[in-house]
Amino acid sequence: MADTHSVIGTKNKKGQTFTDTWEMMNNAPRTPSFYTGSEVIKEALRRASCDVMIAYPITPQSEAAALIGELFAEGYIGDYFRGESEFAVMSQCAGAAFGGARVFTTTAGPGTMRAMENFPMWAGARLPIQMIVTCRGINSPLSIQPDTLEIAYLLNTGMLVWHAETAQDFFDWILKGYMVSEEPDVHLPLALCCDGFFVTHTKDVVNLTPADMCLPPYDPYRSPVPCMDMECPPVRMMRDPFVMKSNYISYATHASWQQEVWAAVERSRKHTIKWINGLIETENTDTEVLIVSSGTAVSQGREAIRLLEDEGIRCGLVKIKSLRPWPGEEIREATKNAKHIIVPEFNVTGWLAKEIKATIPNSERVNAGPHVCGGMTMPPEIIVSEIKNLLGMRTMSLAGRGS
Amino acid sequence: MSKERIKISEDLYDIMPSDYQDLVKSATYGKEDRGWKDIGNSKELIEQHSLCAGCPESMAFRYILASLPNPEDTVMVGSTGCTSLVFPMVAVHNIHSLFGNQNAIASGLKRALSVRFPGRTKDVVVLAGDGATVDIGLDMTLQAWFRQEKFTTICFDNELYANTGGQESGLMQKGFVAKMAPVGKLFDKVRLPEIARESGCHYVISCTVSKPSLVEKVVRNAVMIAREIGPTYLQLYTPCILEIGKNSMEGLQEMRDSEKPTERFAYKEYISEPAKELLAEVAAKDKEKKAAAKQLAAQGA
Repeated sequence: MADTHSVIGTKNKKGQTFTDTWEMMNNAPRTPSFYTGSEVIKEALRRASCDVMIAYPITPQSEAAALIGELFAEGYIGDYFRGESEFAVMSQCAGAAFGGARVFTTTAGPGTMRAMENFPMWAGARLPIQMIVTCRGINSPLSIQPDTLEIAYLLNTGMLVWHAETAQDFFDWILKGYMVSEEPDVHLPLALCCDGFFVTHTKDVVNLTPADMCLPPYDPYRSPVPCMDMECPPVRMMRDPFVMKSNYISYATHASWQQEVWAAVERSRKHTIKWINGLIETENTDTEVLIVSSGTAVSQGREAIRLLEDEGIRCGLVKIKSLRPWPGEEIREATKNAKHIIVPEFNVTGWLAKEIKATIPNSERVNAGPHVCGGMTMPPEIIVSEIKNLLGMRTMSLAGRGS
Repeated sequence: MSKERIKISEDLYDIMPSDYQDLVKSATYGKEDRGWKDIGNSKELIEQHSLCAGCPESMAFRYILASLPNPEDTVMVGSTGCTSLVFPMVAVHNIHSLFGNQNAIASGLKRALSVRFPGRTKDVVVLAGDGATVDIGLDMTLQAWFRQEKFTTICFDNELYANTGGQESGLMQKGFVAKMAPVGKLFDKVRLPEIARESGCHYVISCTVSKPSLVEKVVRNAVMIAREIGPTYLQLYTPCILEIGKNSMEGLQEMRDSEKPTERFAYKEYISEPAKELLAEVAAKDKEKKAAAKQLAAQGA
């Protein structure tokens, strides 16, 4: 059995030093760099000791996927190729992960939907693949614009699902995500989501870890299920294949495995809290009005809070970082003082508001919205207006809202 | 090339299942000239199966597992269907993930194994039914060939969806009346062997599994060519006796009838030039080895 700790301090073929991840992420010097979100994904991958990356073009992740190809050409990635569709790509990722590789891929919108059959399979097979989801519209008519509806479909796959607000989140969470995913008591895939364009195509200052440090390699023998490489005994897996059996043992086996996958999601909680410093972040939760959201809707919430402060209205903020595991306890605690909980979202159905309503007592406090979708931006003014309406204050009528 | 990785600690030997003990004692991992003749004399790499009595697919499975040149470093990829009832009892690592994605899984797997074990041989062999290979998975079957992925694709062609109860498939003969083809199939059997050749496969064989020695030969060739050169494809007729109205003992005759020179499973092969060269090299080496052995034996005598 390989021991990953033994490689700490040694160099890879690119001259990067395998570094203890906690040390690298928390204590190593950081260099402020002005990059697009796509470039940040590339820089994170440069440091990720990734074995296999599989790419497919779909806006808005194409640039990131192509930039990782450049990393491969430079020798930072073990293997890289373009698959033929997202369904195939996610299966190719599965094959590589079954074979014991640290695997990375990126997708978006319709690609996520096309690949969907793979995700419960990934989770059920305990493959710690990391997939970046740069969310975009999935409905007809065709849209390439930001819209987070696809995240709703990922929530019940058994994958870990995180929602980044900024490029900095992205950089840190790509690297930290592998640490959570690859824990033996977790060993699940991670969907690391962001809002397309807003994060991928805008430039921001991101503090990068040193380029000559990289993660320790993935050790597939820490997996709770055998790695398919014929390096361990090929005992037959079961006496009778359960798939065709209509009996209690068969049902119980399937049921217990599904329960185990979700228990693993639960077990990831402690690691997630450790690595990304809590499942949520809060500001001023003593206030009566609270904005609770995820992704770039949080950034718009921050702006709304600033505008409200100018008018003497105090409003708190909850940023949800991890959607799976779901921070139920944290949200109940953070919202206990709130009379009005505003949940701005970049999608038409308001899936986040539904999740929150199902979590807290007195769920009538939850105001689902404002919602924008199909690529519309969310001006802070519409969040301000929503809050003022709730407080019974007069607001300007906003153009285009039909009110 | 040994049983090093499967040996049992002495202290635990007596509590291991007997079929595992048998595997260590008398399986043919590491035996260079392993083949179908080992069946019956050694522990097979297939324990049991829950296929129908007399199913030609179960014969094909045994021949293939007996013939893999390097089972101790071979990972197999299956798909949904009758084959997925057998794989859980096969003593090489094998993957079932979804229906039809077997060549995509194998692409990622082969690349991961190449990254992780540079300089070592790790063979990947796909074994799936005709629905998985030609219908739902055709895209991924062909794309793996276009990309020249270095693994073998074996299709068990039973000319229908057997496991779901005998529905029309792309490899079914035209005119055959089946579920979902209530007035008979309206188009020709898909010519996948020809498509395989045009898609970049270096070794393409279409035959039945009536002759174990033939299955052994084509499996060995296909795996070796895939390892060294590029994709290979075997399309093996394994009739579904249940769905074509035959009895358990009639599978072999059905295959013999279907492989006559004018029939649809008459033996056909395509071998690319680089593959021909490789096979010639292998044959020359074998000849040399045999000659040396003969000489040694003569000296000894």
